[in-house]
Amino acid sequence: MTTAQRPERSVPKPQFTDAEAGAQEFPDSGASARRYNYYKPAKRKQTHYEDVTVDVQPDPRHYLAQGWIYGFADGSRGYPLTWTKLKAWGVDKPEPENGVGTGNNHVEEWPAHGWHEFRDPNEEWEMTFYRYNANVVRQTTQNVENARQAKAFDNWTANWKTFVERNVGAWMHIEHILGLYVFAAINRSCPTNMHNTAMVVNSMHKIRFAQDLALYNLTLSEEIEGFDGTAHLDAWNNDAEWQGVRKVVEALTAVDDDWGEMAFATNVVFEPLIGELFRSNLVQQAAAGNGDFVTPTVIGAGEYDYSQRDLRWTQACFGPLTQDKEFAAYNKELMQGWLSHWVPLCLEAARALQPLWSQPDAKPPRFEDALDRAKSRFAGIVTELGLEPPKELSQ
Amino acid sequence: MAKAHQKIQELSWEPQYHEPYMKYGTDYTFRKAAKKDPLKQVLRSYFPMQEEKDHRVYGASDGAIRGNMFRQVQERWLEWQKLFLSIIPLPEVSAARSMPMLFHVVPNPELHNGQAIQMIDEVRHSTIQQNLKRLYMNNYIDPAGFNNSLRNFHSDYCGTIGRQFAEGFITGDAITAASIYLTIVAETAFTNTLFVAMPAEAAANGDYLLPTVFHSVQSDESRHISNGYATLLMALSDEDNRQLLERDLRYAWWNNHRVVDAAIGTFIEYGTKDRRKDRESYAEMWRRWIYDDYYRSYLVPLEKYGLVIPHDLIEESWKQIWEKGYVHEVAQFFATGWLANYWRIDAMTDTDFEWFEYKYPGWYDKYGAWWENYNRLAVPNGHNPIVFEDVDYVYPARCWTCMVPCLVREDMVMADIDGVTRTYCHEVCRWTDVEAFRPTYQGRETPNMGRLVGHREWETLYHGWNWADVVSDMGFVRDDGKTMTAQPHLDLNPKKMWTLDHLRRCPPCGSPNVIINELDAAGKAAFLADYNKQGPAGRPAPASA
Repeated sequence: MTTAQRPERSVPKPQFTDAEAGAQEFPDSGASARRYNYYKPAKRKQTHYEDVTVDVQPDPRHYLAQGWIYGFADGSRGYPLTWTKLKAWGVDKPEPENGVGTGNNHVEEWPAHGWHEFRDPNEEWEMTFYRYNANVVRQTTQNVENARQAKAFDNWTANWKTFVERNVGAWMHIEHILGLYVFAAINRSCPTNMHNTAMVVNSMHKIRFAQDLALYNLTLSEEIEGFDGTAHLDAWNNDAEWQGVRKVVEALTAVDDDWGEMAFATNVVFEPLIGELFRSNLVQQAAAGNGDFVTPTVIGAGEYDYSQRDLRWTQACFGPLTQDKEFAAYNKELMQGWLSHWVPLCLEAARALQPLWSQPDAKPPRFEDALDRAKSRFAGIVTELGLEPPKELSQ
Repeated sequence: MAKAHQKIQELSWEPQYHEPYMKYGTDYTFRKAAKKDPLKQVLRSYFPMQEEKDHRVYGASDGAIRGNMFRQVQERWLEWQKLFLSIIPLPEVSAARSMPMLFHVVPNPELHNGQAIQMIDEVRHSTIQQNLKRLYMNNYIDPAGFNNSLRNFHSDYCGTIGRQFAEGFITGDAITAASIYLTIVAETAFTNTLFVAMPAEAAANGDYLLPTVFHSVQSDESRHISNGYATLLMALSDEDNRQLLERDLRYAWWNNHRVVDAAIGTFIEYGTKDRRKDRESYAEMWRRWIYDDYYRSYLVPLEKYGLVIPHDLIEESWKQIWEKGYVHEVAQFFATGWLANYWRIDAMTDTDFEWFEYKYPGWYDKYGAWWENYNRLAVPNGHNPIVFEDVDYVYPARCWTCMVPCLVREDMVMADIDGVTRTYCHEVCRWTDVEAFRPTYQGRETPNMGRLVGHREWETLYHGWNWADVVSDMGFVRDDGKTMTAQPHLDLNPKKMWTLDHLRRCPPCGSPNVIINELDAAGKAAFLADYNKQGPAGRPAPASA
């Protein structure tokens, strides 16, 4: 009996190279060499989030010896710090002028405060972001599926069905527009990688929430007899209650070339005065009384995005600018001006929502009380930023 | 899923009261375009899918560390990753930032959804790649070069070549940058070699982490390719766009070829220890992944829509790789300039020579002697680094456009712009600067087209400097304050490593561009004529020429 010889397979041969950490001693083999050494951590120890986000994007005022390589037709290049009227220390100092024989021309004490020192307190990067959002998706899906199985929608009062199909439905458009045309849009303009990562994450929270609401609406269309899955379009396009909010939301996308104002006006002004007013102080308060324990879980996921995460990066981004060692007074005056512009618009839009409080069969707490809570919440946010609640708030 | 996707189209928004601020412009028009989103992705399925992919990546990372993968990693390979992983996170995050440039210029709300998903994908890629580098830094024998990679990348001549790849996505005409350059050429064509061919080589060199991470990245690219294809079809609907499409395909193809083939070709051919004869060469991989898969299967079929395909440039790119030794010239240049780098470059051995000769007949006659000299001069022993020694190599001029040096000497051309003479590695790079990136193109107003700017020649910044000061200024020095991060060999014995003291005695850094511009017209013409007769392998022009 003979044994057939198999031809030798052509595969790379593993080789022991002894190329693991600590196998030899030489300059830079010590433990201190095993950390990214080009940036100063915000706290004593470098965080995983900082390691994967800080300084990915270059800056001519830091190490970028050869400057930006491409320019726009109007001469602007890269990420100009002038793409917001806000200022951080050193922003008016000229970029180093490199040329023949200048070398890198290092800026020793380069403008950092407020821009390059910004860190997202949520420490969002790839791993955290997908875990968080996948968990939200799972939780929301399970909640809705459980309600569907339990026929929970049968318990809704008659007018609540209409309220959800029109008004909760209308809200999806707001989240979608803010996600796509405010936060995604300004991720191109902001000055550091930490800023744009925070804004992309904020953007995706909003788009996900908008889609959560849309798909919830689809489920309701299938589960509730007579539920009009397109009523949200009519409400959004035509209802007087929503046109004020729509004007403000569209105005937020139309801010004239200032990513800082867009983010500030949305997360500091619009969200507490209108977003939380509607989500927390109306839908969340009214649902249970109308037999609905499901909608609050869908809305609550979006509310958590804002109140526990998106607001946190916003405060960490804008707060230091009101204490900037060079431009604190300037930034405060600018932001107070933004407050004076946006607060009356939001209050007017909020008041236009008042009739919604009367629509459910089981009434939520009074509109004026809800608005007072929203104003109080807003005043707290503004004060924490080192700003004064504007006089327009008392209107 | 189709029902869910259909439902979220109800979110599409037409403004009633205020138009969004238009920050980024294009010279393209989309008046007649049909609007469809080919992607049909909703976030409810997207997030759990991506999380699952992450679980696999981090599980593999954990396994690699527990199994001490680094005991069997080829240093030759991992040293080149110090360059690659410095560069690649910026193009990724720039791609994230390029997506909103399309929101206003592509009037298709359905497509914005796909672009937004690409946006977060790109943030994912950037941070997962930074994390891979962090893992190498912590577990590979020599952390130097990983630990200061972003600072190095920002100031070093190789990094800047890669950076122009990233800036090409985010600046200038929004469609040129974010659609044609990024999604239609870089992602659809060249990620095949970046994220498919290169991981195979990593695995052959004992590194199965890079394949794990980069295949996870590549699996997102199909979404991005769909975005690009949908925009391309929209653009094709409007006859006025043809001229711009043809311009942009030529620019984007050539620039991608110059930059990506230079980098990835070098990593694959000169960073590997796998010299099995049946292992594909970069040229073979290029033929498969780019020529067959992209050119023949994707680009050529677009001719039925009347699109003029740059057949000539694709054939010329192939000629550069196969006949003109483009990748070999680039690898040789990187090694010539090893002292300006921040990673270690291993010499080629007889085994490597045999493989190169087998795969690229005639290789040894062109490059063999130079690599033998490189090996001879690798350890400091009274001589200078190879760039200062007489090894029949002329330091090349820099290409103003792609920023890779003018290595195929016969192709170098020059142009006078704003009173300054610029050198270009090829006629197409001259065309890109002198004709494509201009406010008018073939008599047509192109007010949104970007500009090539910046200090595009690294050597100019250090003209006249002592090399010890150059390396110190760039920060490419180890923790003893004198040993260089870069070395022309893999021996970590401190006695075998080059220090700043060795560099102090070398001639100063000289910029070819400064020297050219000091010549009169006749001198420049003579310089060009001599340069065109140089090579291959950087050899001086024959004395009889």
